Amino acid sequence: MLVNKKKGILQEFYLVEIAKGLLITIKNMFFARKVTIQYPEERRDYSDRFRGVHYIKATNGVENCTACMLCPTVCPAECIHIEAGERPDKEKYPVKFEIDLLRCCFCGMCEEACPKDAIKLSTIYEMSTTHREVFDKSFLLEQRGGK
Amino acid sequence: METFDWIAIGAKSAFLVVVLLQVVPIMVWIERRGSALMQNRLGPNRVGPLGILQSLADVVKFFWKEDPIPGHVVPFYYVLAPIVSVVPAFMTFAVIPFASSINIDGHILNFQVAELNVGLLYVFSVASLGVYGVIMGGWASNNKYAMMGSLRSSSQMISYELSMGLSVIGIIMTFSSVKLGDIARQQGEVLTHFGPILVSEALQIPKWGIFTQPIGFLIFLVATFAETNRLPFDLPEGESELVAGYHLEYGAMKFALFMMAEYLNMLTASGLIATLFFGGWQLLPGMGLALHGVQNFFQMSDILGEWLRILFEMMSFSIKVGFFMWFYVWVRWTLPRFRYDQLMDLGWKVMLPLSLANILVTGVFIYYGWI
Repeated sequence: MLVNKKKGILQEFYLVEIAKGLLITIKNMFFARKVTIQYPEERRDYSDRFRGVHYIKATNGVENCTACMLCPTVCPAECIHIEAGERPDKEKYPVKFEIDLLRCCFCGMCEEACPKDAIKLSTIYEMSTTHREVFDKSFLLEQRGGK
Repeated sequence: METFDWIAIGAKSAFLVVVLLQVVPIMVWIERRGSALMQNRLGPNRVGPLGILQSLADVVKFFWKEDPIPGHVVPFYYVLAPIVSVVPAFMTFAVIPFASSINIDGHILNFQVAELNVGLLYVFSVASLGVYGVIMGGWASNNKYAMMGSLRSSSQMISYELSMGLSVIGIIMTFSSVKLGDIARQQGEVLTHFGPILVSEALQIPKWGIFTQPIGFLIFLVATFAETNRLPFDLPEGESELVAGYHLEYGAMKFALFMMAEYLNMLTASGLIATLFFGGWQLLPGMGLALHGVQNFFQMSDILGEWLRILFEMMSFSIKVGFFMWFYVWVRWTLPRFRYDQLMDLGWKVMLPLSLANILVTGVFIYYGWI
């Protein structure tokens, strides 16, 4: 959109306008609130619905998962790998439960699909590592968060 | 040359080189913190108190980086370019006086590394050598963006060096000398005429270049921005258009040398502005009183008092230079980059006629004895 602004003689001269601009920058420098979040000490607040690192919910120290295979089926990134086994009381349970973090896109569809409320995404977002991460069952069984 | 002179020149050169090398990292830090604060950020504040050691960490990083020469460049000129741009940057400061003179056992010691009789001309000739580094770097990189950057740089230098040189002619006419020492010394006199208006002696306004040559000062200031490739004239390295411009293909210490040259050029330009238009080492208002106060309070001997005067003059000079170094950063975050045709318009259609008119007006003023 073309806007024809009327310019006075001072605006045409430009130097006065530059001086005004300089005042604005110096005002911002000394008086404006700084928006930086100093990360390790300060943190951004995320919603409780934030989807971060996975975990498997456990009741009385036993995982809720029954290895029904709904989550690997629904997973669009195909990052969940489960091997099912049988407990002495004939109940199905996952012998292996691995999540390949490099493939995971944190869509949260596994969480939605799970009928047993077992797989969850916590609010933890610090996941940087020095090696290629595959979450195994013991790691996933750590309870991170109250979802 | 006597032994005294040799020692004096050696000591002065060593002092200046050390100071120049210290100014660069501090200036980088000031620029990064200053620009961050102006953008409502905090900037680097982790390494050392207030982050002042950040530049040191950066230098260590630069030293340990791999320093490859890309396959598509012309190796000889590619390696030569950063050296060519950094050496003149160091050389220019040699003629700028950073304090007046002192009498040591009958020897007069001038605080100026080289007292050349061509003074100002030397600055211009050496400073324009720096652009060869930029052109060489851009051309040898064999990259279209780098090439564009160096082309822009050379055309910008040509258009602005003209008005820069012409704007200083007014100062040379007023003080009838090209020696920077003489110019600085004469600016200590009291201003009697402000154009046709008589100024009363009681005001004690010093005869600084800014009062005798205000138009010349404006032109010179704008031209130095263009000469040092700083915003709003940083077209040779316009990030949004040319990635990084002429130093696109450079890494590690070679890149650091280009950066160093840029900051040293800024320093020289600020030093020139201070010397030509703000009285150089002349004491700032109030500092003279403070000097006498300190001298009397401690009952200083003559030679000690003289050294204190030199110290005060250096301080005064540093404050002036520091302000203009800060001004570069300040303007950088205030004004957007010029478009290329606007840059050329400003250079050729505004600055050049204005500087020519300035010379004419100065001539008339001098003829009538108004300056």
